[in-house]
Amino acid sequence: MNYNWDWGIFFKSTGIGSEIYLEWFITGLGWTIAIALAGWVIALLLGTLLGVLRTVPNRWLAGVATAYVEIFRNVPLLVQLFLWYFLVPDLLPEPLELWFKQDLAPATSAYLSVVVCLGLFTAARVCEQVRTGIQALPKGQIAAGYAMGFRLPQIYREVLLPQALRIVIPPLTSEFLNIFKNSSVASLIGLMELLAQTKQTAEFSANLFEAFTLATLIYFTLNMTLMMLMRTVEKKVAVPGLIAVGGK
Amino acid sequence: MISIQNVNKWYGDFQVLSDCSTEVKKGEVVVVCGPSGSGKSTLIKCVNALEPFQKGDIVVDETSIADKKTDLPKLRSRVGMVFQHFELFPHLSITENLCIAQVKVLGRSKAEASKKGLALLERVGLAAHAHKHPGQLSGGQQQRVAIARALAMDPVVMLFDEPTSALDPEMVNEVLDVMVQLANEGMTMMCVTHEMGFARKVADRVIFMDAGKIVEDCPKEAFFGDLSARSERAQQFLAKILQH
Repeated sequence: MNYNWDWGIFFKSTGIGSEIYLEWFITGLGWTIAIALAGWVIALLLGTLLGVLRTVPNRWLAGVATAYVEIFRNVPLLVQLFLWYFLVPDLLPEPLELWFKQDLAPATSAYLSVVVCLGLFTAARVCEQVRTGIQALPKGQIAAGYAMGFRLPQIYREVLLPQALRIVIPPLTSEFLNIFKNSSVASLIGLMELLAQTKQTAEFSANLFEAFTLATLIYFTLNMTLMMLMRTVEKKVAVPGLIAVGGK
Repeated sequence: MISIQNVNKWYGDFQVLSDCSTEVKKGEVVVVCGPSGSGKSTLIKCVNALEPFQKGDIVVDETSIADKKTDLPKLRSRVGMVFQHFELFPHLSITENLCIAQVKVLGRSKAEASKKGLALLERVGLAAHAHKHPGQLSGGQQQRVAIARALAMDPVVMLFDEPTSALDPEMVNEVLDVMVQLANEGMTMMCVTHEMGFARKVADRVIFMDAGKIVEDCPKEAFFGDLSARSERAQQFLAKILQH
């Protein structure tokens, strides 16, 4: 292979202002984290709510949550992103549409689209995990809650969710990592997150392999860090005498 | 205190309770026994409306369960229940288990609730375990905590649904001792149990159920006294469980 390896490329000037390539990666990482964290807040809150709805003794509420899950997990993420970015703004009332298309900076409108898209997409997956966590609990826990005079919302708040959420921390960790990786779809609507910056570096410098190697390392390190963070959370909330933690 | 009036319950076409009627007076201890599937657990769960029934009525301390206007959570908060599998809340400490409903349902202050809870924990002999979690206690200890948790609500009546069936043999007595003590103090109790020693010791009446019907409902002395006066089904049942 005839290729000029140059690992020093990241410290070279991009030719735009006084920036070096490494700064592009740092900016990109910043966007990646900003997308993923905001999306995760939506996913966790909405997903938990939907997971609860799927288990309540009311067919209509459970049906709404089921329909949501089926729609959002059966349409490819990229298709959903294009719908949110290209189609949904056209459906908004005119003042909102103009605000979105003209007043917002291009990066801001792309950011909003991708956060909403990833949040709602991931919520469907969080919902299923929360549902299974709730359904894994002994039925007697609900009976005990009722027997003490609790009403259904109290049973969910005080009895079921604290236990179910603990059980599903491991699969939720996967989802948490997924949202960071999935945030790379934002590069396709022009948001300069990590992957977009990598592609740009490759094109500007012609050092494609170095650029993608660094991107891989950054994604990998980021996800390893998050995984360890989640493992710490898992240990911290572990119930004494109840669930074995981290395979111990 | 509890008046069960012609209660009928179906699961689909299958009738699990047929015309069950009985009374439990204030301070009375009634033991309900019978073979598996006879409907005894279902009947006791109807008393605090954990199980719905389609016909008849149950009146607990002058509150009708069949009455649509009855606030069931409020009624349940006055009826203590102890389950076969304890059903302590595993994510909460023993103290929190004892306090949570006092605070969230009865609106007591945390200090008041924990004072009450700890006094009851002392009474069931587990004060030293207050800071632990249920998973760190033995089955017998968990069941004693569960009894204390129910008592913390100052119930007018206590329901026991096979409280010793899930326990190792060695732990049965520690739970029965608490129940005997409770009975001697005048608590109104309805107990689904196969512990005939307990029934002989503290029960006022024994109810025998089979196939969803109350077959026998008589004072303890009569139930254990003249076996030949009992129904054939009750005789068979007693012959099997009293043999050993």
